[in-house]
Amino acid sequence: MFQTADMFKAFAPFRGKAIVIPGRGGRHWINLSDQPDRDVPLGDPAMGGHASFSFGLAMARPDEKVILFDSEGDILMNMGALTTIAEKSPKNFYHFVLDNGVYATTGGQPVPNAENIQYDIIAKGCGYQSTYSFDNLEDFTNNIENILNQPGPVFVTMKVAPEVENTPINQRVRWQKKTRDQTIADLQKELGPRRS
Amino acid sequence: MAEEEGGFSPQTVINYLKANNVTHVVWLPDSETNFLYTLMTQEPSLELVTISREGQAFSTAAGLSVGGAKPVILIQNTGLMESGDSMRGWAMGMNIPVVMMVGYRGWTRHGVDTDTAATYTEHFIHAFNVKYYLVESDADADRIQVAFDLAEKTNQPVAVLIGDEFHGFVQR
Repeated sequence: MFQTADMFKAFAPFRGKAIVIPGRGGRHWINLSDQPDRDVPLGDPAMGGHASFSFGLAMARPDEKVILFDSEGDILMNMGALTTIAEKSPKNFYHFVLDNGVYATTGGQPVPNAENIQYDIIAKGCGYQSTYSFDNLEDFTNNIENILNQPGPVFVTMKVAPEVENTPINQRVRWQKKTRDQTIADLQKELGPRRS
Repeated sequence: MAEEEGGFSPQTVINYLKANNVTHVVWLPDSETNFLYTLMTQEPSLELVTISREGQAFSTAAGLSVGGAKPVILIQNTGLMESGDSMRGWAMGMNIPVVMMVGYRGWTRHGVDTDTAATYTEHFIHAFNVKYYLVESDADADRIQVAFDLAEKTNQPVAVLIGDEFHGFVQR
């Protein structure tokens, strides 16, 4: 098991110009990123949708590398999305999953069958050609460059330490620096018109 | 069951998708869309994205739209009702101008429902304050264009309820 913040530090040197959807670990990414207009910290529009959103973005922009940091709770909520992603197999899509075993933002209750699920096996079974699983930072660090240099879709699950929140949701400090609308507008300006 | 020419032609739908420069059809097959599916697979300007639960349609369409593509959503009313939170968060909350073509399972013109899917469909859409238009036949298919125009104008999802199957003949 390793820390989400350390994972992002190991990932940062290899980001290149990729679009990054930092998901629920975004607070650890937002101050590391040197290209905020290519970051898409959406918060949580509706749980379970980040994979499909990022997949759609990758489909719309096949010339851009799209990297999602998903969570296992989101995966469980919409597991069927993995089959659609695998069917279309966008070569520019990199699907990382932070598996902390719990619903951290609701107080740390375990996800169903938390100790026994192997998300990389599920992704493989859904048709992802390339899957990885890491439970320590050293192995992750040693492999991240190779992972990002191969064609997608790649699925990478990581056992990370839970960061449990118990503060009432309306008292939590918002870590995003921009509104959602501004985030999207900045991304679209950065990317320019889509080639048809 | 007698059949006659009329009804709602799948080619009509294809024509509106092409006229509005739609790039992707995010869809989940239902009992009413097979004729349309056959035509869509033959249309090179459309890429079909098959999902496995209707809620995925809204997040997928959001990603496509943010990236500059132009998706439509093609699902049934039963799946729309399953998708409430995804529609709220990923389409309405993200200001996505997407037309969703919704098969109106159970709909009858005389209003006597024998299928609760029809009973609750419009109540559900009203609850989200989403605009919608009913299309029963090619004669009122111009409402599809109205829906596309309104989605663009408001940056919001707009529904087209399909009151007949996409087959091009009338069932009596």
